[in-house]
Amino acid sequence: MTEIIDRPAIAGDGDAHVGEHEAGHNLHEHHGPTGILKWLTSTDHKVIGLSYTITSVIMLVIGGFLAELIRIQLSSPNATFVSFGEYNQLFTMHGSLMIYLFAGPFAFGGLANIIVPLQIGAPDMAFPRLNALSYWLYLSGSITMLLGFLVAAGPANFGWVGYAPLSNAIYSPGAGADLWIAALLLTGFSAIFTGVNICATVFYLRAPGMTMFRMPIFTWNMLVVGILILLAFPVLTAGLIMLYADRHFGTHIYTVPGGGVPVLWQHIFWFWGHPEVYILALPFFGMATEVIAAFSKKPVFGYKGMVFATITIGALSLGVWAHHMFTTGVVLLPFFSIMSLLIAVPTGIKIFNWIGTMWGGKVHLTTAMLFAIGFVITFLIGGLTGIYLASPPLDFFTHDTYFVVAHFHSVVLALVMGGMAGLYYWGPKITGYLLNETIGKIQFWTFFIGANLMVAPQYALGLDGMPRRVATYLHDPQWQTLNRVATVGALVMGLSTALFVVNIVVSWKRYPAGDNPWDAQTLEWFTTSPPPHHNYYSLPPIRSERPTWDYNHPNDRSLAHGHHDEPAEPSRLVAST
Amino acid sequence: MRSTPRRPSGVPSAPGSRRRWGLLALLAAPLLLSGCTVPSFGAYKSVTKTGQSTFHLWQGFSILAVVIGVFTLVLIAWAALRYRARKGDTEVPRQTQYHLPLEITYTVVPILIVFALFAATVVVENQVTDTPAAATTIKVYAFQWGWQFTYPSGDFTVPSRGFSIVGQTTQTPVMVMPANANTRIVLQSLDVVHGFYIRKFNFSRYALPGVTNIFSFNAVTTGTYFGQCTQLCGLYHSLMWFKVRIVPLPEYQTWLRQELATASLSTGSAAGVAAHLQTQAGVPVKPSIGVGTN
Repeated sequence: MTEIIDRPAIAGDGDAHVGEHEAGHNLHEHHGPTGILKWLTSTDHKVIGLSYTITSVIMLVIGGFLAELIRIQLSSPNATFVSFGEYNQLFTMHGSLMIYLFAGPFAFGGLANIIVPLQIGAPDMAFPRLNALSYWLYLSGSITMLLGFLVAAGPANFGWVGYAPLSNAIYSPGAGADLWIAALLLTGFSAIFTGVNICATVFYLRAPGMTMFRMPIFTWNMLVVGILILLAFPVLTAGLIMLYADRHFGTHIYTVPGGGVPVLWQHIFWFWGHPEVYILALPFFGMATEVIAAFSKKPVFGYKGMVFATITIGALSLGVWAHHMFTTGVVLLPFFSIMSLLIAVPTGIKIFNWIGTMWGGKVHLTTAMLFAIGFVITFLIGGLTGIYLASPPLDFFTHDTYFVVAHFHSVVLALVMGGMAGLYYWGPKITGYLLNETIGKIQFWTFFIGANLMVAPQYALGLDGMPRRVATYLHDPQWQTLNRVATVGALVMGLSTALFVVNIVVSWKRYPAGDNPWDAQTLEWFTTSPPPHHNYYSLPPIRSERPTWDYNHPNDRSLAHGHHDEPAEPSRLVAST
Repeated sequence: MRSTPRRPSGVPSAPGSRRRWGLLALLAAPLLLSGCTVPSFGAYKSVTKTGQSTFHLWQGFSILAVVIGVFTLVLIAWAALRYRARKGDTEVPRQTQYHLPLEITYTVVPILIVFALFAATVVVENQVTDTPAAATTIKVYAFQWGWQFTYPSGDFTVPSRGFSIVGQTTQTPVMVMPANANTRIVLQSLDVVHGFYIRKFNFSRYALPGVTNIFSFNAVTTGTYFGQCTQLCGLYHSLMWFKVRIVPLPEYQTWLRQELATASLSTGSAAGVAAHLQTQAGVPVKPSIGVGTN
């Protein structure tokens, strides 16, 4: 199996160690199926992770296309581009695709699946076949959701939150709603199994020397995400089964006439839904953290504080669900207000730690780094506007208006930027090839400008009273200008996403990456790109959370402030970007 | 950026950082912001007393958000640009990982800010959710896709059973309210979840099936204001409008007496009225209207 060696040759010279261990290499040679059969049968976390990544990016593209249709409808006060009914279907499917089928699966099924075992020196996930099952459940769920477009009455149309009793069989008859429920159950189980896998992998498959406080921040975040998945998703699953029973088996769990309680659905949904916000966000926080550290040539500033901030966010996230329900009049406002406001503290710590990581470093503004900085800025805006919504009186008049839409789009578009940073950063590790930096930078600037151009007018529209989920605003035609600006922003973002596809085509197997193109710090950059079956031929000594850096820069250890023991002469970076 | 890790509890005294000024501004906000020297940050001042308290809270939050936001954005931009790697510069930067006093500062200061925000929130929230004794009580029923405003006769010794104003988009219903008097709203839904939202009141509340929500308004300005359903409630959610007309108290009382005197239509079952209206409204409706009236 994997051996630990003290390698004399400098790393960054990718081929050296392969040659040295030619004999060992052959032992690791993997003779599995190739081609389509490999994709269908593999239990390798890298193959499954890549399947997840590709599928979820396709969902992002479809969801983004639906968003463009929504924006076209809203570019005039009384447009007839789509009907009211079609409009309800559009925003329902847009939200559902982005939340259920893109953001989560991309993060914990895609990148985390590939990167977490690599970061802790594991040969695979703890349960490889369960991992494959997760992916196939996810794919079936995604197809099930999309099948809604083919049924007679169209897909689900009650919003991605499916509030009862609107989502019951009386108000929303039709197979589209049932397909929506089935899709959520399938992808929900997929998420639960991935959560089990991530937790087990992190707890049991860390390489010798990889203690918990030597795990990279991304892995730490994914561990907290895994725990949150296990706490939150079963609740949604139970809620969905009860909704299905209401629709088809004559129960009255969410309907008043039979003695049910409609608001129960909101409690169940948001008890999943708010941890879900952090299930979505924490992986991207982790991606940005890794990227910022790598391209600042410094360790993550306040590493331990960062870990505790992540754990605090995870803990608080379980006690804030009812801030989505301030206007129901049936929740204890002060409790949920203070819990929600407190989340600003660990989130603020993270932002200051990201700044601290760049501070005094050598910041290389690569595409990945630009996306990471764009993430921090956009997330800062989304975070600050979130503080308002944690205050019930302020939530009362912004709830269900475009202010809320703008707030969470600031957040999720920031997450998309974090994801792009992750793809540009780890893509070369996964595929062995770099993406084109020039196209990448254009992609970043169009996305960053487009995102904020779309969101900024939506804040103003919300404060001016435009409700969300309306297909028309003919009583307030002066909202047209701001809506058109938002539409332009959305189209610019669409262009940016197209550039990403162009970049993949242009860069296809063109720019070989080598093992560690960024002179990055964490363990995964020690192995080959792409990594071999079971990931490592050899491991460096793991004495900190960045063993690859320690190996390449033995004189440049992490320091605490006030540490004056300077090395005799400043050392040089191995590979400049 | 250097700062002591601990400072006396309560209000910070040393004006060292801009964030602390923001905190001071927020604590002072409820007292100082009654004038209009502070920008509105995009919100309305509101035409109700509680809505105005909400507006001042909004201003306080906004001052803080702008100060913190600008401060942090400058730090991000400075860190990214000032420490930008020059071409060919391969020197390894100093590997600073921890600065405990700084880390404690940016943990403790936000906690203090959060508690200040929470304190201001609770003060305003208690005003907004308070239901003082009211001169008038209006029952509001939300249904797919319109509103019914029912005025009971209890306050007047007129031989009537009250009356209702019902309408949908094609005949926007108008809720009449007195100015400078407490009006209590009793809000119910006849079918799915709706949102009762009047933007110039800086307020919204769900009409939630199975739940009766009670709240109070005290309008200070007369006029007619637009209201709308904010919670997705099905096909014609976009068109579920109403209006609120605020008139001086004497005028309101005259209007109410007249309406009560002429009221011939019993309110009876609110759902019955709603269903009756929908057959006339020319809007296609589902046959299941009226589910959930209890």
